[in-house]
Amino acid sequence: MAYSDKVIDHYTNPKNVGTLDKSKTNVGTGLVGAPECGDVMRLQIEVDQESGLISDAKFKTFGCGSAIASSSLATEWLKGKTVDQALAIDNMDIVEELNLPPVKIHCSVLAEDAIKAAINDYRVKNGLAELETVAAH
Amino acid sequence: MELNLPIYLDNNATTPMDPRVLDAMLPYFVEKFGNAASRNHSFGWVAEEAVDYAREQVAKLIGADAKEIIFTSGATEANNLALKGVFEMYASKGNHIITCTTEHKAVLDACKHIEKMGGQVTYLEVKPDGLIDLEELEKAITDKTVLVSIMYGNNEIGVIQPIREISAICRKHGVLFFTDGTQAVGKVPVDVIADGIDLMSFSGHKMYGPKGVGVLYVRRKNPRVKVTAQMDGGGHERGMRSGTLNVPGIVGLGKACELCMNEMESEAKRLSAMRDRLENALMQIEEAYVNGNREHRLPHTTNISFKYVEGEGLMMGFNKNIALSSGSACTSASLEPSYVLKALGLGDDLAHSSLRFGLGRFTTDEQIDFTINAITSSVLKLREMSPLWEMYKEGVDIDAIAWAHH
Repeated sequence: MAYSDKVIDHYTNPKNVGTLDKSKTNVGTGLVGAPECGDVMRLQIEVDQESGLISDAKFKTFGCGSAIASSSLATEWLKGKTVDQALAIDNMDIVEELNLPPVKIHCSVLAEDAIKAAINDYRVKNGLAELETVAAH
Repeated sequence: MELNLPIYLDNNATTPMDPRVLDAMLPYFVEKFGNAASRNHSFGWVAEEAVDYAREQVAKLIGADAKEIIFTSGATEANNLALKGVFEMYASKGNHIITCTTEHKAVLDACKHIEKMGGQVTYLEVKPDGLIDLEELEKAITDKTVLVSIMYGNNEIGVIQPIREISAICRKHGVLFFTDGTQAVGKVPVDVIADGIDLMSFSGHKMYGPKGVGVLYVRRKNPRVKVTAQMDGGGHERGMRSGTLNVPGIVGLGKACELCMNEMESEAKRLSAMRDRLENALMQIEEAYVNGNREHRLPHTTNISFKYVEGEGLMMGFNKNIALSSGSACTSASLEPSYVLKALGLGDDLAHSSLRFGLGRFTTDEQIDFTINAITSSVLKLREMSPLWEMYKEGVDIDAIAWAHH
């Protein structure tokens, strides 16, 4: 199976690899997937509390090239969005942007889950209600 | 020597054909096209003569008699013929077969089929090093056991089973012994007499011969073994495998066997030295593990897990230049990681992190140097990106995390 150019580009030059300080109240961390399944994504957002915008996003991913590309793309998309706008990111947007084949759709689902988990963590830390959509797969 | 790219290190999947094999085959497509079963004209005689010669070449490599060689379309067919053929032929004696969990799918799935036909199959577990436990084998034999099917060398991890000890146990209990020799024949010395093998399958395309041709060795003396044909037709191959013989393929297989016979010793020495150099260099990487027994192993194979990186993701870092395979689920149609590695007791995470290296006749030292560098830098790069590696480095107990399973 050949990878799309965009997947290869994100894999070769991943954007926003790294770690944010998860002890800060304005940082939300999502850790999804499982080592047994061959995919683990950790995605973090840092929210500028004055503007309400996501000022930084970082990821680390254990997984195939498509999983790495999905999380790299997600962090790119998150920056500059409000938390509510970030919630609207749909896995199919990732599939379309990266041209993922059907067998790799689960990578985009995982990225969407990671975004939601990070936002949820941020909300809980800041006294907001938990998201209903965060459910285990 | 100059570095040739891309590098092919997937010789356990298939080998390139040796050009000398192709030369031997070429006349048998257009010029000498006869049917080896045509007894009444020279076209047939020429083809038959070529097949007879190839049969001798094949037999010689494994210490057999030419009459004991049954040509098939490959090892999968030979495995099916051995298992189902023995099961049917010896039905009056019993219906029990013993095999092990790390066998090739062609053996395991044929066994599943036999179970559906009313057979009983015992799947022996392997030890963490990939070898079977001989005591377990002996304990599993019952008065209904007709066949033990244990592979010679494993395709994924390369371990070589204790063939002579297995055959001695089979002899003692009057049970036939079949071995899938696909990865071993032509790579290590295999002698059906000394090894006590009653039936053995192997294939042309794993030993620098053509695809679409394989062999089932069926012993004719002490004991005389018979299998029920699984394909009905003209009664070719002593009635055990009907179908017009693939003359060019058989000629190629014969030549491939002759080359292995002549070159195996030096080739095995060269490849095991290269393999060891590759393995030792990659084991310098932190948290790298060799899968399977390192002593009883095919000379050209190694299987290494690089913990905290995923195999397919890892391969993407170099697959433009290096071809090899992974036990990662992502590379298989089933989305399950390698059942062979799991049978060794490896966690799914280590199975997902494995790479299989299969060196071959045309692998060069320069290619090994390139591979060592490419894989080392890919592993290091992906670990920088791996949340699991970060957790490991921070001393987090990854197994204690409540992961959400899909």
